[in-house]
Amino acid sequence: MNQLESGKANLEVFSETLIDLAKKDKSIVVVTSDSRGSGKLVPFGEQLPDQMIEVGIAEQNLVGVAAGLAAAGKKVFAVSPACFLTARSLEQIKNDVCYSDHPVKLIGISAGVSYGALGTTHHSLHDIAALRAINNISIIAPADNFETRESIKLAVEMQHPVYIRFGKRAIEHVHKPDAVFKLGKAIIIREGDDVAFIAAGETVVQSLLAAQLLEQKGVSCRVVSVHTIKPLDGKAVIETAKKCRIMITVEEHLVYGGLGEACAAHLMQAGISLPFKVVGIRDEYTVTGSQLEIFKDYGMTAEKLSESAMQLLAHI
Amino acid sequence: MTVREVREKSINYRKKLLTYIKHANAGHTGGSLSCIDILNVLYNRILDVTPENFTNPNRDHYIQSKGHSVEALYVVLADKGFFPESDLNTLCRHGSHYVGHPTRKVNGVEHNTGALGHGLSFCVGLALAEKMDSMNHKVYTLLGDGELAEGSNWEALLTAAHYQLDNLIAIVDFNKLQITGWTKDVCATDPLEQKFCAFGWSVQHVDGHDIEALTEVLNSVPFEREKPSVIIAHTIKGKGVSFIENNHTWHHHVPTDAELVQAIQELDQALVQVIDNYTD
Repeated sequence: MNQLESGKANLEVFSETLIDLAKKDKSIVVVTSDSRGSGKLVPFGEQLPDQMIEVGIAEQNLVGVAAGLAAAGKKVFAVSPACFLTARSLEQIKNDVCYSDHPVKLIGISAGVSYGALGTTHHSLHDIAALRAINNISIIAPADNFETRESIKLAVEMQHPVYIRFGKRAIEHVHKPDAVFKLGKAIIIREGDDVAFIAAGETVVQSLLAAQLLEQKGVSCRVVSVHTIKPLDGKAVIETAKKCRIMITVEEHLVYGGLGEACAAHLMQAGISLPFKVVGIRDEYTVTGSQLEIFKDYGMTAEKLSESAMQLLAHI
Repeated sequence: MTVREVREKSINYRKKLLTYIKHANAGHTGGSLSCIDILNVLYNRILDVTPENFTNPNRDHYIQSKGHSVEALYVVLADKGFFPESDLNTLCRHGSHYVGHPTRKVNGVEHNTGALGHGLSFCVGLALAEKMDSMNHKVYTLLGDGELAEGSNWEALLTAAHYQLDNLIAIVDFNKLQITGWTKDVCATDPLEQKFCAFGWSVQHVDGHDIEALTEVLNSVPFEREKPSVIIAHTIKGKGVSFIENNHTWHHHVPTDAELVQAIQELDQALVQVIDNYTD
């Protein structure tokens, strides 16, 4: 298999990017819920103590306070594990941030099954579905260090709420140096016309590696990073469906309410049909293990994705 | 503004909010009547918030955490010129921005409330920003006593004390009733003063219908340096209308035609008394 170049954890890139930006822009404020360590924000607190607010282990308050700061003109990053941020604080996200339209930047750290070994309490497999059903929030799941850096830079200037979620494992680079990151604009990472992998977040790496495996079998793959899940780049999804023979969506999320169902709904309503598979976490008591071990259980590794592609192609 | 003028406003606000609730066939009658004197004093004597400075962050802030008493807020905002009072004829009507809880679509409202237990955290954020920017304005919020069962309030109370937010003032509309009945029977909040003190706040009590006492206590904040202030305003749910007072079934009951006539008659009598008692 071809190897992808190793990168840092997206979490680390988030922290470095935010510190760089906050040194130049004193209106940037971070709010944490005893989560500065988990968010790699200890250096932020040491270097920019006047730009960090700590509310303790109180996620509802975290989001409410962040909304108040944003209303007063601060560029606020509310940082907490995705599992707590998007469940414990869901009503604050809905009312204080989205409905009231205060441009808080919600940062869900160690999303999906990043905290795989810690069990279901620490998994966030609902967050995209929950937030997709709330008006006035963009949802971003960056694939690699480049997308993470660009999404944080973008978030600083956004005038409306945004949720960005990523993991804590070191992640491989998936983009070429000339890649361009725009909100709501999917990025085609690799061209092909047999299999379409539509992926978001840290499953893009697995999709790209699967494409490399399939190339050895003479199967060409288009790999698309749909970093912005809401608003969905429906045009890119439709164009990809028209070009390829089968489509596989991949996400570190429950198979309900996430990227896969968003793409399926979009295609159905556009009158486009093709062999289609949603790969994600099944609706069951979640398996415990490392992120990659759990990916393997749910068919989300490169090998399993390439097997799924071959099976789907065989039925055409 | 003289005491007589402010007292007259309280009665006229009551008449108006009852009339608009009747017109809309919806509203939170008892709670709006219990907090109207507090809003009257805030907007007519305390707050540096006007239609002219509202878009400027360099002013006071008022967030109505007990958002269900929106009719009280709307009649006061209309009186202060934030929007034409005739807009309230659309209250709760299809497509109107004047919905049954405060929204920023209405001029003068700076945060959407209605779900309880949200206002105080938001105010902590506003008060922190004021401190960060070395501004001297204050942040006020109105809480319901039933609302205090929401745990998020107590998270916010901790943070406000931790950051020594003496520019933050919470007013509890302590009418002792909620939709189900007496708050002490639903989920007791007593002893409130001790709880606030234990959470690091400075506490004062006031008669929430006494214009002069409200003015005095609101003019004396912060009660202590480096501590947030809370005013426990003792009120009567439904205050001003005999058959609505202290009756939890009026939480969101809409008056019948006959009830509205009687309520207006009682309030008109009260107005005559105010005029007779004050010559200033």
